[in-house]
Amino acid sequence: MTGPWTWLLQVAAVTRFGLMSVPRRLGSVVATFVGIAGVVAVLVGILSMAVGFKMAMTASGSDDKAIILRSGADSEMVSGLDHETTRAIADAPGVARGAQGPLASSELYVIINVPKRSTGTDANVPLRGLDPAALQVRGNIKLLAGRMNEWGKNEVIAGVGAAQEFGGLQVGGSIKVGRSDWPVVGLFSAGGGTAESEIWTDGKVLQAAFNRGDTYQSVYVKLNSPGAFQPFTNYLANKPGLNVKPARESDYFAEHSVMLTQLINTLGVLIAFLMAAGAVFGALNTMYSAVAARTREIATLRALGFGSGAIVVSLMLESLAVALAGGCIGGGLAYLAFNNFHTSTMNWQSFSQVAFAFRVTPGLLLRGMIWAAVIGLIGGFFPALRAARLPIASALREL
Amino acid sequence: MKFLPLIWSNLKRRKLRTLLTVLSILVAFMLFGLLSAIKQALVGGVAMAGADRLIVRHKVSLIISLPASYQQRIDKIPGVAASAHLTWFGGIYQDPKNFFPQMATVPEEILAMYPKVILAPEQKQAWLNSRNAAVAGRKTAERFGWKIGDRIPITSAIWTHADGTQLWDFDLVGIFDGQDKATDTTPLWFRYDCFDEGRQYDKGHVGWYIIRVKDSSQAVAIATRIDDEFANSPAETKTEPEGAFVQSFAKQIGNIALIAEAIMGAVFFTILLVAGNTMAQSVRERTGELGALKAIGFTNVQVLCQVMAESCLLALLGGALGLGLSWLFILHGDPTHGLLPFFYFPVNDLLTGLGISLALGAAAGIFPALQAMRLRVADALRRM
Repeated sequence: MTGPWTWLLQVAAVTRFGLMSVPRRLGSVVATFVGIAGVVAVLVGILSMAVGFKMAMTASGSDDKAIILRSGADSEMVSGLDHETTRAIADAPGVARGAQGPLASSELYVIINVPKRSTGTDANVPLRGLDPAALQVRGNIKLLAGRMNEWGKNEVIAGVGAAQEFGGLQVGGSIKVGRSDWPVVGLFSAGGGTAESEIWTDGKVLQAAFNRGDTYQSVYVKLNSPGAFQPFTNYLANKPGLNVKPARESDYFAEHSVMLTQLINTLGVLIAFLMAAGAVFGALNTMYSAVAARTREIATLRALGFGSGAIVVSLMLESLAVALAGGCIGGGLAYLAFNNFHTSTMNWQSFSQVAFAFRVTPGLLLRGMIWAAVIGLIGGFFPALRAARLPIASALREL
Repeated sequence: MKFLPLIWSNLKRRKLRTLLTVLSILVAFMLFGLLSAIKQALVGGVAMAGADRLIVRHKVSLIISLPASYQQRIDKIPGVAASAHLTWFGGIYQDPKNFFPQMATVPEEILAMYPKVILAPEQKQAWLNSRNAAVAGRKTAERFGWKIGDRIPITSAIWTHADGTQLWDFDLVGIFDGQDKATDTTPLWFRYDCFDEGRQYDKGHVGWYIIRVKDSSQAVAIATRIDDEFANSPAETKTEPEGAFVQSFAKQIGNIALIAEAIMGAVFFTILLVAGNTMAQSVRERTGELGALKAIGFTNVQVLCQVMAESCLLALLGGALGLGLSWLFILHGDPTHGLLPFFYFPVNDLLTGLGISLALGAAAGIFPALQAMRLRVADALRRM
């Protein structure tokens, strides 16, 4: 009775016995199962928040667009650019040109109080003033309802994410800016990016409403190609009198999602790790009692010539099976409960609200299953070792 | 009490299982502790808010400043006892990741407004004497290793000097403490007069006002009076109690906080289930033994109490150790280094945690204990 084939048969036989005994000790198996399902559900659930947020932040970023802020500014909110600077940026080499001139949009970015639908309290919703060239610069703006805002008029269009999360942003609604109400005339999508959390209007109109004179906060430009970024940056850096910091749009948005993503990931992994530790103790308990209940059975198998290696492997397989089943259920629960759950939160890096949806990705589910497998293997290993080391004679005497 | 050794030796009979059970309960309560601290961190500012303080800000948005001249008009409004103002600086110290609040203010006014902020008299005097002086909260000072006399360079992209440069240097003349943990000691405060003179634009404006009212029961009426005073002016105001103002920030984070809480509730429940099951299991295994106890004259109630005591002892042991460990962890400070200024373990939650661990012991023990109580001696002994 040697050779790998026999060994596999032994493993299969013992594993089958083990799994068939599950109904007899249902209580403790269910406890382990639920524990591991809980770990996976929580891990996947929390991390899906971070993934969804990051996806919303980076969806719109592309390599052939650049955002130019005043140097030293880490967000549009704190930046400031005068009219001459924005002209110089638009005329820089590398900026793509359309029928009406350079594809560069000088923009204003402010926040206004709009009540959040979920809580009814004021939230910092971004209100962006743009240049007509902005639509061509962005390239992914689609009007979903209503019409575009007319340039020069006190009216706005709202991103779909913003319309969903904040009150009064449907077509026909209005926002309060200063002493007047500005009607919402349209809804737009922007390929899932942050622009969908914003309210848009004409930059000139916004300048007047917020007493900004002829100043802006940022310039968005479309470059001829991703490779044009370096020469464009060099040109701006060497031009006397300019004090600006260009960034690729993709890098800028990735940078702006770092803080919150890190916070959620740190807390999520910390919580899931502690919980996994608890689940390991639970799994150990279950498998130890499984081994204790089957002492005689295991000793008999050993007496019949089953190898101790086969016993160890099959007990671990049994624990692994319970853990993976728990992992599947946990992952499934997280998917049903969290995937595509729409919410919005404050991004402290821009001091404004970002609407996003939780995303349970295949990668996250895989990560959850790996955690489940590790818990199952640790929970099975030590009890299996004990089973393998049982002195056959004394274990049989218990018969 | 005399049965304590018996209970103890029962726990010791399967050392490994007892250890594993205690460890899983311990983990559940460590999580409970962390949850409390995180919740505290998210809503902590509300505890600092005084019932007699109001915040006056621009109606459209917090980022729009209010004229400094409003202060005189606010002070004249009946019911207002004192006022102070703050202006957000939003600067960067060395690296954008080193976030902490910096604000321009008037020293005497702000210190009078927040009596729980403790600044040594000679440090206060130094702040009053020098225009370029600033004071920092203990947490931020310790985070960056600042000492009194240090020069703190901060770059502000919002506020440029008249010549367009962005670097501001402040002389650190004082480090303030909070009278209790609910006082935020992360801000850096510097003088408004020096700031207003130095900046390029928006001169004569402040970020927002803090008002102390004479009678906190009149707070809402006074808030309305203030907003009426500035109605139909170019800068209309929104006045609300400090608590509501701080809470609105927590609410801006949105249902994320709620979700986190729900998730952690689920965590707690799951682990309790695991732990409870183990306890029940250990009682089931001892059926014969419990029968023997009854046979030699233990009453039903004594058996019930013994099983309950064992379960409660186990839970309390795990609970106390878990809470203790999380307390040590939280004592170590905010794991995010500065994002959560109110990261600490509230005493109330500590007591609640101990209470829950006892309840867990009782809940996990009650069914096996009842089972043990109802056990008929003859049946139990037959199973031995």
